[in-house]
Amino acid sequence: MGFFLETLFGGLMVGMLYSLIALGFVLIFKASGVFNFAQGAMVLFAALAMARFAEWVPQWTGIENRWFANVAGFVLAGVVMFATAWAVERLVLRHLVNQEGATLLLATLGIAYFIDGLGQTLFGSNIYKIDIGLPKDPIFVLDSLFPGGILINKEDLIAAAIAAALVTLLSLFFQKTGTGRALRAVADDHQAAQSIGIPLARIWVIVWCVAGVVALVAGMIWGSKLGVQFSLATVAMRALPVVILGGLTSVPGAIIGGLIIGVGEKLSEVYLGPFVGGGIEIWFAYVLALVFLLFRPQGLFGEKIIDRV
Amino acid sequence: MLYRENGQFKSTYRADQQVFPIRQDRIFVIAVLAFAFLAVPMLASDYLFRAILIPFLIFSLAAVGVNILVGYCGQISLGSGAFMAVGAYGAYNFFVRIPGMPLVPALILGGLCATAFGVLFGLPSLRVRGLYLAVATLAAQFFADWMFLRIKWFTLDTPSGSVAVSNLQVFGLPLESAVSKYLFCLAVLVIIAMLAKNLVRGAIGREWMAIRDMDVAAAVIGIRPMYAKLSAFAVSSFIIGVAGALWAFIYLGAWEPSAFSVDYSFRLLFMVIIGGLGSIMGSFFGAAFIVVLPIALNQFLPVLAGALGLQISTAGISHAELMIFGALIVWFLIVEPHGLARLWSTAKQKLQLWPFPH
Repeated sequence: MGFFLETLFGGLMVGMLYSLIALGFVLIFKASGVFNFAQGAMVLFAALAMARFAEWVPQWTGIENRWFANVAGFVLAGVVMFATAWAVERLVLRHLVNQEGATLLLATLGIAYFIDGLGQTLFGSNIYKIDIGLPKDPIFVLDSLFPGGILINKEDLIAAAIAAALVTLLSLFFQKTGTGRALRAVADDHQAAQSIGIPLARIWVIVWCVAGVVALVAGMIWGSKLGVQFSLATVAMRALPVVILGGLTSVPGAIIGGLIIGVGEKLSEVYLGPFVGGGIEIWFAYVLALVFLLFRPQGLFGEKIIDRV
Repeated sequence: MLYRENGQFKSTYRADQQVFPIRQDRIFVIAVLAFAFLAVPMLASDYLFRAILIPFLIFSLAAVGVNILVGYCGQISLGSGAFMAVGAYGAYNFFVRIPGMPLVPALILGGLCATAFGVLFGLPSLRVRGLYLAVATLAAQFFADWMFLRIKWFTLDTPSGSVAVSNLQVFGLPLESAVSKYLFCLAVLVIIAMLAKNLVRGAIGREWMAIRDMDVAAAVIGIRPMYAKLSAFAVSSFIIGVAGALWAFIYLGAWEPSAFSVDYSFRLLFMVIIGGLGSIMGSFFGAAFIVVLPIALNQFLPVLAGALGLQISTAGISHAELMIFGALIVWFLIVEPHGLARLWSTAKQKLQLWPFPH
């Protein structure tokens, strides 16, 4: 029982991090109808930028302080992500308005290739470290209930807390600010939003900026867990089932989908994996998402698909 | 002047329904085939065969398969790499396990394995549509990656999962030289492309297109969505599977499970979109573009860097390649979102009037 809870908890933590990446997909899809395959590349790009700036800033300024270096790295990487968002909107999306879904999908795939190349050209292609001072030591809880207690990684706990804070912040931004309202209006209906004077182009830049910041936070957390390297871009592939499970248009869906996928993945790996040779978590997540889709083709919280002839 | 259909009257139904109803098209296709079968083997060098022509032919074949699914039936699929892998390993198992198995039946059986796999992973398409389906088909990709890496039976229990074939023969003729491999791939491509062309203009092709344009409307007028969608998955994955088997047997010779990564799925989709959705001809253009572009960049960039006096490391060049590849694709999608096939038909329209402006 203790082991089961431990696995469950580990799954929830990983799921929280998946939902952080899934959030980036959902934000952009909601606002512009673009399924952004470049989200993974953006996570890698942001993480690379942050790792390298945190390394370079102390060299430039001569101030050896980890907090200062990390904050400066985060801010500068944020600036880089804003520039990327602006460039993507101005150079690509603006010209592809009203194209088919598949064309837009492939355009973002092209952007992903470009960002992958650019990131490694600018920031180098070795393995870098992001050290934001997350404690690595595990803690034990509930040892009164189970022998030995449940082992929980403190790092995961803090990461999940950061993710939760970001999600709350985004929900507040969406629900309570004028810009957030404009974003929701654009998501509902482009033409109607435009006709009441909401500037579409600016909204898209804002959305890509927000997605960039989400990518930066995701990259920071994943990067400090796994190290910043090329394989970080493939984490996005593992967040894709989360997106379709939760629904492409739903922010809460991304969170709950993430938790379901995270738990399903870990439980399947631990309890099912040994029978079939292990390593099943990546496709099991997709199959799990598929099972949910069979019952709700638009995802758990997606907008209901209405067919009209 | 050159491309004028006026005066080509059809007096029988047969003549009216032939594959290429316009005489210039027929002459063009025959000329291209004659060139490919007769002139190219005499002119091309060994490097050209191995680096460009054989990959181009095999990827054209795969692109035709993807185009049937994505372009004609409208089901976006990111599992093409998996179908290639299943075709390759299926053909391999038949080829090695059954003594005396000839190559061509092994390829076909490999294609049939891919068909079964494709239909299985096409089942979600009955419920799930559009981008949801695109992501769902990634399940096929990751499942195949896992299956060939972890289930050792498929790879004859080799420790690393890498397998190899040798002594390929077709009807007693050895497939050793680059020219013979080229001709074999070309023959397979021509046969399957002709079959595909005829399928898409037949009843079943029209059903696919009706489903693509609007599946609810198609169901209302009496087209069975299940039959149409699954048959598109079956035909498409058969062709992709044969292409995968060819890629493994003829081009690679020895391969491992990671040879058919998700990158192949992306590249095949690029070929289809850049070539033109819903056009067999477009598949060839797209395949040529995606196959030749990286090689051209690879050759051209060091020369350019040398001319500018820059010192770029090999890693730097590969990153620059990635950037240029991505940028060109985006640029291409912006300037011609309907693909090279659209340019081709525009050129034909212009040729009808040429040299007169109206």
